Amino acid sequence: MVWLIVAGVFVVLVLVVMSMYNTLVRRRIDTDNAWSQIDVQLKRRYDLIPNLVETVKGYASHERDTLEAVIAARSKAVDLSGGRNVAQRAEAEGVLSQTLGRLFALAEAYPELKANTNFMKLQEELTSTENRIGFARQHYNDSVARYEESRQAFPTNLIAGAFNFEKRDYFNITSAAEREAPKVSFS
Amino acid sequence: MNEPAGGKVPPPPARKERAGLDAAMAEPGMRARISAYPGNLTYLDLIARNKRASALLMVLMGVLAALTGCVFSAAIAAYGMGAQTLEALLPSAILGALAALVVAIGLGMWSWYQGASAILSMSGAKPITREVDLELHNVVEEMAIAAGLPMPRVYLIHDTALNAFATGRDPQHAAIAITLGLRQKLTRDELQGVIAHEMAHVRHLDIRFAMLMATMVGLIVFASDAFWRIIRYAPSGKRNKNGGGAVLVLLVIAILLAIVAPILAHVIQMAYSREREYLADAGAVELTRNPYGLASALQKLADDDDPLVDTANRGTAHMYIVNPLRKMRKSHQQINSIFSSHPPVQERIARLLALAR
Repeated sequence: MVWLIVAGVFVVLVLVVMSMYNTLVRRRIDTDNAWSQIDVQLKRRYDLIPNLVETVKGYASHERDTLEAVIAARSKAVDLSGGRNVAQRAEAEGVLSQTLGRLFALAEAYPELKANTNFMKLQEELTSTENRIGFARQHYNDSVARYEESRQAFPTNLIAGAFNFEKRDYFNITSAAEREAPKVSFS
Repeated sequence: MNEPAGGKVPPPPARKERAGLDAAMAEPGMRARISAYPGNLTYLDLIARNKRASALLMVLMGVLAALTGCVFSAAIAAYGMGAQTLEALLPSAILGALAALVVAIGLGMWSWYQGASAILSMSGAKPITREVDLELHNVVEEMAIAAGLPMPRVYLIHDTALNAFATGRDPQHAAIAITLGLRQKLTRDELQGVIAHEMAHVRHLDIRFAMLMATMVGLIVFASDAFWRIIRYAPSGKRNKNGGGAVLVLLVIAILLAIVAPILAHVIQMAYSREREYLADAGAVELTRNPYGLASALQKLADDDDPLVDTANRGTAHMYIVNPLRKMRKSHQQINSIFSSHPPVQERIARLLALAR
């Protein structure tokens, strides 16, 4: 009888540990998926920029400084991409957002450029991409919050410690640069 | 309730200010504050709830179908073949129940796999490509990313009314449809709010429940309709031969079922969908972090005099963002009766704006 109870308790314990372990795994996978979505959107932005720069050059070639700043910021961001250093990447992407904001602000002074259909399409695509990056980041941070909650809260933290569930960082854009960047909106 | 004066939504803070707000809200410590759902609810709870409710609905559908089939065929036997005792009625009752169950299972499976396309084609929605409407596709994809879900199919309904809905059995097979009128009338922020509301329905799995609900209501309405026809055309001569009590009881049950079932189905349907609308509004804010877009879109919907969607019917009304059926909705907006499928729009706007503080 006693052995039966002990066995029962043991089975229940194993089941509980299993479910906690699976929750942790599921949430870690969620954060990794969310992370790869940010990457997809950042990549999309890298791909759009050369085309944008070419189009702007046709109308405002003498705005060299701004154009070169965009190109430089892009290549810095591309260099850092693929790595998992979240803080550094966030910084570089923030700078890129800022320079792009400046480029679009500059376009206001060129009516022919603003009326160019190709430019308008690129503008919509880049507006959307900025939004997508923001939303992907938001989704990633939410996933990290859920993962970290179960990683740090009792009793799942015991499982997380025992099976070495490593910490995930928030994708925070802390540089003042990004916060001041005008959010481009053309509705 | 803090109703906005004059039915106007206050202008949202300047774009730049909100960009700062967005950034601040992405900070981990702020997460508690952006939770738009009431209490400790998260979208995961809503998904679990809808999965349970959908399974329950399917079981209920089967039981109801069997019961209806049982009573109907017993009534037919009593009327048409003069069966009078319970023993005489039993074989046809069982047969009727089995037949109805088979039909219900078949219908359930058809609804599961084909329901979404049926609903879309019933409402005259046509797929729209990315090339034709880049902005709409971009907005939908942005919301899909915010929810961490695959991109749903996008449909346009060629109707001047202002409305939208989402359908599908799960997020992998979801579709979002919007009327041409609404598409043309909204700014990008407002469009984002509306699409976020629909994406919240997809995320919460409301779409599955609503689809099954549409099937069930259709089934009940069809069955009771059939029953009335049987009663009307049944030969009345055989009715009064030394009337067995069993027949009388059966008839009373059958008539009660025929009257009560459709009403009950509607009350359940409406009660569920009203709560879901509030939760989807909250879910939309959780996705966009911007209550103003949806609030001012809802105001535009409420102000419109032509809210009727020609292709909507009682079976699909609950899926739309605002009720597509009720004429002169303005006079009905304050009424929160058990028969309305949607909460009053002003109440929804007030709740949204309460989230902004």
